[in-house]
Amino acid sequence: MLEVSALKAGYGQVEVLRGIDLSVGAGEIVAVLGSNGVGKTTLNSVISGTISPRAGKVVFAGRDLTGASSASIVQAGLIQVPEGRKIFPNLNVRENLELGSYRRARKNRAANLERVYEAFPRLKERRGQPAGTLSGGEQQMLAIGRGMMAEPLLLILDEPSLGLSPLLVEEMFTLIGKLNEAGMTIMLVEQNVVQSLEIASRVYIIENGVVTLSGRAEDVAGDPELKRAYLGL
Amino acid sequence: MYPISIVAEAMLNGLLTGAVYALIALGLTLVYGVLHIINFAHGAFLTVAMFAVWAAYVFLGLDPYLAIVPLTILFFAFGYVVQRFVIGPASHGDDGNILLVTLGLSIIIENVLLALFQSDTRSISTDVSFQVLEIGGLLISKARLYGFLGAVVVTALLWLLLVRTDTGKAIRAVAKEKLGAQLIGIDVKHVFAVTFGLGTATLAIAACLLMPTFYVNPRVGGAFVLVAFTIVVLGGMGSITGALAGGLVIGVVESLCSLYLGDSLGQIGIFIIFILVLLLRPTGLFGARA
Repeated sequence: MLEVSALKAGYGQVEVLRGIDLSVGAGEIVAVLGSNGVGKTTLNSVISGTISPRAGKVVFAGRDLTGASSASIVQAGLIQVPEGRKIFPNLNVRENLELGSYRRARKNRAANLERVYEAFPRLKERRGQPAGTLSGGEQQMLAIGRGMMAEPLLLILDEPSLGLSPLLVEEMFTLIGKLNEAGMTIMLVEQNVVQSLEIASRVYIIENGVVTLSGRAEDVAGDPELKRAYLGL
Repeated sequence: MYPISIVAEAMLNGLLTGAVYALIALGLTLVYGVLHIINFAHGAFLTVAMFAVWAAYVFLGLDPYLAIVPLTILFFAFGYVVQRFVIGPASHGDDGNILLVTLGLSIIIENVLLALFQSDTRSISTDVSFQVLEIGGLLISKARLYGFLGAVVVTALLWLLLVRTDTGKAIRAVAKEKLGAQLIGIDVKHVFAVTFGLGTATLAIAACLLMPTFYVNPRVGGAFVLVAFTIVVLGGMGSITGALAGGLVIGVVESLCSLYLGDSLGQIGIFIIFILVLLLRPTGLFGARA
């Protein structure tokens, strides 16, 4: 569904992505792991069209989206739930969700709103409240719910567990697993290795802007390379 | 002391004028709230709009109230194009640059108008210009009453647009969270331009409501925008309801100061309020806490 090949990107003199290849197939959860500063968020920014790549290709659902605008990428059904949630603090919960279908699936807005409220009853309780007053966990639910409103073909989650308590992290990963069981294709970009490996079908490990290790989750989990990549051992 | 009826009339007139001030402040506060810049060309755009109303009346015989529809559309398009193709590209995303670009635009516009029309003052007198209504013993200028009603209706419509429509929600979303907006497929540049267009469109409406009782010369917009800026600060930067309330307060203050201190000192009260607000409540009446 998503094919990224030989992708290069950077800022000014600094090259952050130095030739990334990865793919996500329909129905999978693919985890993209790596410690701070290896280029995970840059990868997401290029895929979502907020920065342009220097070389390489992004093909989604058979269409070449390399360097396309964010609007047309959303239109194609590739939705990113960004790191740090980026919800609209001055809008209430319902308005945040409604805007999730600004570019895509606007006709099904009412039905999808019910679906999101069903998945996150807490959001329904707080629908009239300004989103800025929600707790961190609730904001993360809202960000995911806003993504679901666009009926994504592929949902990219950037560090959904960041800043959440251990209990909420557990809950978040269970939820991501459930979304996938319900048929959603997910690319999970995380630092949280152990829990990501538990729910992912395949894994890519990024180091210094290149993929250094990839494969089925259970194989990667047993690979001594994993420890080296993370701990430098 | 003046008899109560004269004071009441002054206050009423202040409210009527204040509503049109509010309308001018509305565009300024909307653009500030979303683009986070003070549009220095706001006054020049108002002057252009007032000349447009004058020209439409003199050359085409178009009544100012009928000119509202075509001029609103025209000025929306004008504002959209100016933001999207002049201010946006020229500023390279830097707020300081936007400020300078709008300042430059205002200087260019003012001087082009001076070259075209000299600094003569022009006015039009339509049927309603001198008509007066008597309500409960108070005399009210019909044109000012229309101006008040028009300003209130436009403020209400703008508020509905921002709260009820997807475009309005997108405008509010972009105001606080550009990246988040982009990632749900909102075209941020388009939203900026639409916001700027709305700001200039409200000026066109204000010009149509003003011209039956006011004059125009190439510098007239500046005086209004100074007042409008005070209103924006008083009401709270970026607040729509604040602009309306602030406009009404400022209108009444100006009117009462003119009554007690004489016409030439009418605006002194406005600037005293401006200083007091900055000293005592810098976030304004309806502004978000910093």
